[in-house]
Amino acid sequence: MAFLELKNVSKGYGHGSERVDVLKNINLSIEEGEFLAILGFSGSGKTTLISLISGLLAPDEGEILLRGKPITGPGPDRGVVFQNYSLLPWLTVHGNVALAVDQVFSDQSKTEREERIMKYLRMVNLAAAVYKRPHELSGGMRQRVSVARALAMNPDILLLDEPLGALDALTRSSLQIEIEKIWRTEKKTVVLITNDIDEAILLADRIVPLNPGPRATLGPDFQVEIPRPRDKKTFNTDESYKKLRNGITKYLLNIRKPRVVCEETASERGVCYA
Amino acid sequence: MKNKLIRVLSIAGFGWFTPVIRLATGEDANEQIREILLRIGVPVMTFAIFLLVWNGAAAGIETNLGRVPGPAQVLEQVRSLAHEYKEERRKEVEFYKIQAEKNAAKLAANPSEPAKNRKFTGKPTYLDQIFTSLRTVFTGFLIASVIAVPLGILCGLSRTLSMALTPLIQIFKPVSPVAWLPIVTMIVSSIYVVPREWLPKSYIISSVTVSLCCLWPSLINTSLGVASIDKDYLNVARVLKLGFFNKIFKIVIPSSLPYIFAGLRISLGVGWIVLIASEMLSQNPGLGKFVWDEFQNGSSQSLARIMVAVFTIGIIGFILDRVMVTLHSLVSYTPETH
Repeated sequence: MAFLELKNVSKGYGHGSERVDVLKNINLSIEEGEFLAILGFSGSGKTTLISLISGLLAPDEGEILLRGKPITGPGPDRGVVFQNYSLLPWLTVHGNVALAVDQVFSDQSKTEREERIMKYLRMVNLAAAVYKRPHELSGGMRQRVSVARALAMNPDILLLDEPLGALDALTRSSLQIEIEKIWRTEKKTVVLITNDIDEAILLADRIVPLNPGPRATLGPDFQVEIPRPRDKKTFNTDESYKKLRNGITKYLLNIRKPRVVCEETASERGVCYA
Repeated sequence: MKNKLIRVLSIAGFGWFTPVIRLATGEDANEQIREILLRIGVPVMTFAIFLLVWNGAAAGIETNLGRVPGPAQVLEQVRSLAHEYKEERRKEVEFYKIQAEKNAAKLAANPSEPAKNRKFTGKPTYLDQIFTSLRTVFTGFLIASVIAVPLGILCGLSRTLSMALTPLIQIFKPVSPVAWLPIVTMIVSSIYVVPREWLPKSYIISSVTVSLCCLWPSLINTSLGVASIDKDYLNVARVLKLGFFNKIFKIVIPSSLPYIFAGLRISLGVGWIVLIASEMLSQNPGLGKFVWDEFQNGSSQSLARIMVAVFTIGIIGFILDRVMVTLHSLVSYTPETH
C-alpha cells in the first residue's frame, strides 16, 4: 500500500458551459519518505493539485488516500508551505510557529512546546529573528518561517507549493540546499510543486511532469538516480544529469507542441480541442 | 531615539510637530522650515483669518439677545465659566469644612449622637457638564460596540446572516436621534420606573439613543473587515483545524482589527454629534442641556456661552477622533496601513 495515493482524481471549476476541468484522471502514488517533485508549466493546475492533497479543496471525482484512509478535509498531518507564505502579519515569527505548535501539541507542556518552536526556528536559521514580524523580513526569511511552521506540526507529509517561486536566484539556491538537508534529517515524505526543472532534479527522488491544463494529466515518472548529497556545480559535467534533463525537457516540449500548433491554426479550423 | 520619538508623535497624532524636531536636530533646514510653514503656519493663518471674519461679521448682526458675540465676548465667557467653576469648588470646600466643624462640636457636646454627613449639592459647573456628556457618550458607545462588534463578526462570517440583517441595517442607519428619542423615552420610562440616584433616567435615555445611532458604522465595518479577511489566513486556520473560538480570536479578530477600529472611530464621532441633540431633548445634564438652558435663559451672555459650548463640543470631538486614530494605528499590523 502506497503512503499517499491519488485515484482517478478530477477537479474543475464552474458549471455548465462555463465549466473548466483543471485536472482530469490523476493517478499517483507516493511512498513513505519519498521526495516527489511535480513539474509543470504555470497554469497547469499545480496549485489545484496541492490543494486537493492538503484537503483545502475536495475532488469532484476519484479519491485521495493517506495511509489508506480517504482525506476528507485539511489537517495538520499534511503541512503545507504556500507560495505566498501565508504568515499572519500581526504575529511575530515565534507567534506564527507557536500558533501551529500550540494547536497541534496542546497536550504537551509549555516548555516542551517552546523547545519545539525554537528547534524548528533554529533548523531554518531564524533563531536571530524570533521576535520580528513578517513585514520586517525578506521573502526568503518569510518562506523559512513558513517551512518551520509546517515542519513544527510534525506532519506525515510536507506539501511545498512552489515555495521558492517568488524568491531571487541566490536566495532560492541557498534555500534549496536547506530544504534538502531538512528532508534528510527529518525523513519526511515531501511533495514539491515546481516549475524549475533544475530544482526538481536537485531535490527529488522522482519527477512527475504535469501536462498542461485544462484537463491536465500526469506524465510518466522520471527517476532521479544522481547520488546525494547533490551538488549543482557538478551537474554540468554529470552525464546522467544531462540525459535526465534532456529527457524531461523533450517530454515537456513535445507535450506542449501540438497545443501550440493547435492554437495557431485554431482560427482557421474553428474548433480545436473539444 | 529621534526616529522613535518621531514615530510615537506620528502615531499619537502630533505628526505636524515632527519638522520642529527634525529642524532642532539639524536636518536640512530649508526643507524643514517649508514643512513647518505648511503644517503649522498655514493652519494657524487660516484660524486667524477665521477669527477676523467672524469678528467682522458678528458685529453687524443684531438679535433679540443682543449683538452676535465675537471672539472677544466668547473668550470672556470662557473666563466667566472658569470663574464659576472655581467659585463652586470653593463653596464645596467651605461646606465640608463647616460640616466637619459642626460635627466636631456636636460630638464634643453629646458623644452618643451620630454625626450627620451631607453631600454638597451645588449646581453643576461647566466642567461637570462636560464630564456628564463624556460619560454618557462612552456609555452609549460601549453599549453599541458590545452589540455591533460581535454581531458584525458573525455577519462577516455568515453570508446568510449578513443578507438577513442588511435590510434592517439599511433602514435604521439613517434614522436621526431625534426620532428615536421619544420611543426610547417611553420605553425606558415604563421599564425603569424607580430611578436610582446614581443612574438618572435621562442618562439612560441619552445613552441608549446614542447607541442606537452609533451602532451602525461599527457593525457595517466589522462585518466588511471579517468578510474580506485574506483567504490564506483562513486556510491556515483550516489546516491547523482551529476550533470556532480559536479561529475567531486568533485569526478573525486580529486580522480585521484595523477595520473594526475604523468603524469604532466613525461610531464614536457619530455618537458625539448625536449626544448633544439627545441631551437637549432628554434634559440629561450635559453639554446639550447647557446649550438648551442657555437658549431658554436668553440673557445677553447666552449666545456667547453657547458659542463656548460649540467650541468645546468641536474640540472634544476632535480629541476623541485623534484618540481613535491613534488606537487604530496601534492595532494596524503593517506600517503601511493607516
